[in-house]
Amino acid sequence: MSRRLRAALTPYALIFPGGIWLAIFFVVPMVVMLSLSLQSGSVEEGYAFAWNWHSYADGLSNYHDQIIRSVIYGLASTVIQIIIGFPVAYWIAFKGGKHKSLYLFLLLLPFLVSFVLRTISWQFMLSDNGILLGPLKSLGLLPEGFRVLATPYAVIGGLAYNFLPFMVLPMYVALERIDPRVLEAAQDLYASRFQTFLRVVLPLSLPGVFAGVLMTFVPATSDYVNASVLGGTNTTMIGNVIQNQYLVTQDYPTASALSFTLMALLLVGIFAYAKALGTEDVLEVAAR
Amino acid sequence: MTTRGRAAGRRPLLAGRGLQIYTWLVIAWLVAPIAVMVLFGFNDTQGRYNTSWQGFTLKWYGKLFEIGDLTEALVNSLLIALLTMVIAGVLGSLIGLALGRYRFRGSGTTNVVMFAAISCAEIVMGASLLSLFVTLAVPLGFWTIVISHVMFSISFVAVTVRARVMTLDRSLEEAARDLGAGTWTTFRLVTLPMIFPGVLAGSMLAFALSIDDFVITNFNAGGTVTFPLWIWGSTRVGIPPQVNIMGTLIFAAGVSIAVINALMARRRS
Repeated sequence: MSRRLRAALTPYALIFPGGIWLAIFFVVPMVVMLSLSLQSGSVEEGYAFAWNWHSYADGLSNYHDQIIRSVIYGLASTVIQIIIGFPVAYWIAFKGGKHKSLYLFLLLLPFLVSFVLRTISWQFMLSDNGILLGPLKSLGLLPEGFRVLATPYAVIGGLAYNFLPFMVLPMYVALERIDPRVLEAAQDLYASRFQTFLRVVLPLSLPGVFAGVLMTFVPATSDYVNASVLGGTNTTMIGNVIQNQYLVTQDYPTASALSFTLMALLLVGIFAYAKALGTEDVLEVAAR
Repeated sequence: MTTRGRAAGRRPLLAGRGLQIYTWLVIAWLVAPIAVMVLFGFNDTQGRYNTSWQGFTLKWYGKLFEIGDLTEALVNSLLIALLTMVIAGVLGSLIGLALGRYRFRGSGTTNVVMFAAISCAEIVMGASLLSLFVTLAVPLGFWTIVISHVMFSISFVAVTVRARVMTLDRSLEEAARDLGAGTWTTFRLVTLPMIFPGVLAGSMLAFALSIDDFVITNFNAGGTVTFPLWIWGSTRVGIPPQVNIMGTLIFAAGVSIAVINALMARRRS
């Protein structure tokens, strides 16, 4: 083989093994799931492909409550994360000084504990007569019937807790990158501190907020762990339905139709959001 | 907030002590459930239920491996994470090297697939892979978990390695070649040592992602139980203190690795 030909083929040889793995176990399954969602039949008699769009109609009409609830919970937790996380990212980026990496490390500590275990730890802390509510109730500060678990607040709070570091990190990176001289320039031009913040810092931090939303809205909206562990029967999210349909009732057409609906919803949401922010190419931002 | 006062005009908005306290409060909120988890591993409970504080004890550390299927689940998790680390580490690094180094037709598609795999909802990935296994009647178990973990880890490794490769100076490799080193020798003696920090970081990320994964594992595990699946299964009946201790040990190992890594980086610079 000539040297030039070999050089031209090298990248393909490097990509091949991992690429095949991703093709077979990531790309092909999406197609399989799509075809599964168009099948008709029953659990007992088996399923056959039939261009059957009923699963989508059935899924939407039976589970629109859960779909809407998931989007609301996902949005609510994302907004809460921006509000809680932005000042933290701001302070570390501008005032962290020598200890920036220490603060980032502390923010990442939750990732060293299993996601399920963290959520269960919250369930334990928030339980009706547990270590937080129990003492308050026996002191008479809270009524006996007061509860946090099985309410939407518990689920949204759990989602906000679990994904917060994913929101703070990209915002931090964007704020960190701002040249202090730009801030000085704004002030030399007689911008007040508030104006500097509003018209310089905030716009420059938007790519970070965008990346943060991308990394938290998707997992929050599609989650079922928080709703199962911290929620109750009236906080079921679409993830719970999909998980139950796949693993318990094994109604694969409906389950896969719901998964596809969820995926489409998330994609549309992301692109609409990108458009609204004026980001031409979502992939461009995400690749950075 | 006490931002008024000295050289106020030069300081950015929101820069007072208040924000520092706020940051520490948020960190406390993030760490609270971990602290509770660690603490209740030392709880002197009488039965299997670990719900209220009964006094300090170390006895559970002595009985750490007394629940057979929990121990088995932890071993499964560690084995799967190790396999994922090696397989995804190698496959992902090769992709990262190709993307960071070469311009070629198809690199755009590869980037898009990797971005899709990173940002795709876990439940969609888990459900679609299960759809494939169900359609092909593949029996679920240990190996389908490994397949799924490698699948979602490859992209993270590739992105990490690509970032490292892009910062490298190509002239060192050209120098090696000018001195008569062949392609393989150049790779082994020059390229690999230079990208190795990226490969190591990517592989460790794969290990961490694998040992923590719940959703995709939940879909593709069949009867095999991993550490997160075992915890999930016993939520309703109560979590024994052994789970707290295992969580504590994994946490301690992670913190130690991060601290050692930081110290080594400081010494190098």
